[in-house]
Amino acid sequence: MPLLQVEELRVSFRTADGIVQAVRGVSYDVEAGQTLGIVGESGSGKSVSTQTIMGLTRGAQVSGRAVFEGKDLLTASTGDMQRIRGAKIAMIFQDPLTSLHPYYKVGWQIMEMIQQHESVSKDDARKRAVELLRLVGIPHPDRRVDDYPHQFSGGMRQRAMIAMAMALNPALLIADEPTTALDVTVQAQVLRVIQRMQEMFGTAVILITHDLGVIADVADEVLVMYGGEVMERADRRTLFFNSHHPYTEGLLQSLPAYGGARERLRPIPGQPPSLLSPPPGCPFAPRCPYVMDRCRTEDPPLAAAGEEPGHISACWLPHRGSERAELRRKLLEAEPAGTAPSAGGA
Amino acid sequence: MTRFLIRRIGQAILVLFAASIAVFLLFFVGPGPDQVARTFAGRLGTPQRILEIKHALHLDQPLYLQYLHWVGNLLQGNLGFDYYKGQSVNTVVGQALPATVSLVVGAAILWIAYGVFSGVVSAVRSRSLLDRGFTTAALFFYSMPTFVLGYTLIFIFAYELYRVTKFFPFSSYVPITTNPWQWFVHLILPWLTLAMVTAAAYTRLTRTSMLDVLGEDYIRTARSKGMPEQRVIRVHALRSALTPVVTLAGLDIGTALGGVIITEQVFGIPGLGWTIVQAIGQQDLPIIMGIAVLAATFVVIANVIVDILYAVLDPRVRLN
Ligand SMILES: Nc1ncnc2c1ncn2[C@@H]1O[C@H](COP(=O)(O)OP(=O)(O)O)[C@@H](O)[C@H]1O
Ligand SMILES: [Mg+2]
Repeated sequence: MPLLQVEELRVSFRTADGIVQAVRGVSYDVEAGQTLGIVGESGSGKSVSTQTIMGLTRGAQVSGRAVFEGKDLLTASTGDMQRIRGAKIAMIFQDPLTSLHPYYKVGWQIMEMIQQHESVSKDDARKRAVELLRLVGIPHPDRRVDDYPHQFSGGMRQRAMIAMAMALNPALLIADEPTTALDVTVQAQVLRVIQRMQEMFGTAVILITHDLGVIADVADEVLVMYGGEVMERADRRTLFFNSHHPYTEGLLQSLPAYGGARERLRPIPGQPPSLLSPPPGCPFAPRCPYVMDRCRTEDPPLAAAGEEPGHISACWLPHRGSERAELRRKLLEAEPAGTAPSAGGA
Repeated sequence: MTRFLIRRIGQAILVLFAASIAVFLLFFVGPGPDQVARTFAGRLGTPQRILEIKHALHLDQPLYLQYLHWVGNLLQGNLGFDYYKGQSVNTVVGQALPATVSLVVGAAILWIAYGVFSGVVSAVRSRSLLDRGFTTAALFFYSMPTFVLGYTLIFIFAYELYRVTKFFPFSSYVPITTNPWQWFVHLILPWLTLAMVTAAAYTRLTRTSMLDVLGEDYIRTARSKGMPEQRVIRVHALRSALTPVVTLAGLDIGTALGGVIITEQVFGIPGLGWTIVQAIGQQDLPIIMGIAVLAATFVVIANVIVDILYAVLDPRVRLN
C-alpha cells in the first residue's frame, strides 16, 4: 500500500470573478522512500494540490481523498492534522527568506517545532537543532543556531528550512519549488542536500517544479500537470525518452539539453488556460501543435500509454509509438508551421 | 543597533532645534523690543513691567543672543516666567501635566487594548458578524465628534442614570494624590470618551495589518509545522502585525501628552489642553510658548521611543 494515495482531488476557490477550478480531478500515489516529481508551468495547480493535502488551503472547496497511513487527510480532524503536519509530513517552500519568520532565530524556529510535537527539554531541542543544521551543511551550527534568517544567505536559509522539515523524521517531505528562488549556483547544492536527507532518513519526497531539469536526476516517478489536471505520469526514464503527451514534449523542448537545438530554448507558445470556467475538451488543445477536432470537445481521459506499466497519458494520440509518430507528422503538415493557435487569442 | 539609535537621537535633536527656531521666530520677532515685550506682558502690561521683560528676555540684544539666552533656559528646564499670572511657567505646567498624563495613560491603555483585540478578532474571523460589528462600531465612533460623545456620556451616566450609577460626577478632576478613588471615578468618562474616538483607527489598522501578515509565507510555514492556530496567531502573526500599531500608538500618545484640548474642555480637566485654551483666551504668551515647546518635545521623544520599540520587535532593524 502506498504511503500517500490521492484520488480524484478537486479544489476550487470562490473569487470575485467566479469559481477558480485550481485542481480538477488529480490522482497519484507516493510510495514510501520514493520521489515523485510534479512538473508543470506555473498556475498548473501543483502547489494547491499539495497544500490542500496538508490542509493549508483556506476557504477552498475540496473533494476527493488523500489517504496517508490509512487516514484520509481531507476529512481528518484539526487535532489529527496538527499532529501530522511537521511530524509526519513536512513541507519546504519556494522562497526561504519569506518562509522563515523574520523576527525569530533560526534555531528557535526549529526548536519550537520539535517541542510542539515531542516533550523534550529546551536544551535537548536546541542540541537537536544544532545537529540538524550540521546535517544540512551549515558551518558553525552551534553559533548559527542563534542567527536570524536575514543573517543567512539564500542557500543557507533553504538548508535551514530543510533542517526544520527533517527535524521529526517525517515519512513524507513536500518540497514546493525548493530551488526556484535560489541562485543557479546553489540550486544543485540544495537539491543534493534534499537527496542526502532522503537517503539518510528514508523519507518519501514530492518534488514540485516548473523545470523538468530539476527532477531529471532525482525523481522516481513524474507527474505532469496542466490546467489543474494530470496530463501524463511515467517513471523518469520513460518520461524523458518515451513521453506520450504533447505538453510533456513541449516541456522537454524548453530544456536546453533536450530540445532539438541545444542553444535555443523553445518555450511552449501561448498561455496556460484560465481556470475560471475552463472550456470543454483537453486544456492543452489551444496550444497543442497536434490538435485534432475531437480534442476541443472531448477531454481525453488518462489511459495507459506505450509499453511501460504505469505510464499513463491524457491525450487522443495513438499509444503505439510508430503510429503516433506518423500521425504527428501528418498533423504538423496539415497546419502550416507557425500558425498554431495560441490560447491568449492574440 | 547603537549606530541606529545614535542616528535617530541625532535626528530628534535636529527636529527639536528646528522647532525651537520656529517658536522663537514666531514670538520674539516683531516690530521692536517694546512691542515684543508688550506682547509677553499680556493684558497687564504696565510700562514698568515692560521694562522688566525687556531686560529679562534680553530684548535689546541681537536676535541670536536672545535665542541663545532663551534656549539656554529651556535646556536647563526653565520654560520662562508668566507675567500675567506672576508665576514661573514651570509651576503652571507642573500643575497641569499630571491631569493630562492621567487622562492620556488611562485612555491609551483602553484604546490600545480594545483596538488591538477587536482588530485581531476582525482579521481572524474576517467577514463574520463580529468583524462587521467591530467595523460598524469603529466607523460610528470615528465619525463622532469628541464633544458630542463626551456630553452624551455625561448626559447618560451622570444625569439620566444618576440614581443607578450614583458616583459619576458631571465633570472636574481630583488629583490622585488627593484621593485615588475619586481620581479614578472622575476619569472614567473622560477615559472612555478619549479611548472610544481614538480606538477606531486601531481596530482598522490592526485588522488590515493582521490580514496582511496572515497571508505571509512564514504563517503558512508555522501552520505546516503543526503549530496550533492559537499559537500561530499569538506568537507568529501578532508580533509582526503590531509593528504599525506601535508607530501609531507612539505618535498618538506623544501628541496627546501635549494636551487633549476637547476632552479636557468637556470634562473640565485642568490639564495642558485646558490650560493652553485658557492662556489663548487671556493672550498669555509665555504659557502658550511653554506648552508648545513641551508638546513638541513629547512628540519627538515619542518618535525616539517608537524607533527603539521597532528595534526591539524587529531584529532586522536591530542588527543592521
Ligand atoms: N487562494 C486562492 N484563491 C483563488 N485562486 C487561487 C488561490 N490559490 C491558488 N489559486 C489559483 O489556482 C491556480 C493554481 O495555482 P498553484 O497551485 O499555485 O499553481 P502552481 O503551483 O502550479 O504554479 C492558479 O490559477 C491560482 O491563481
Ligand atoms: Mg506553485
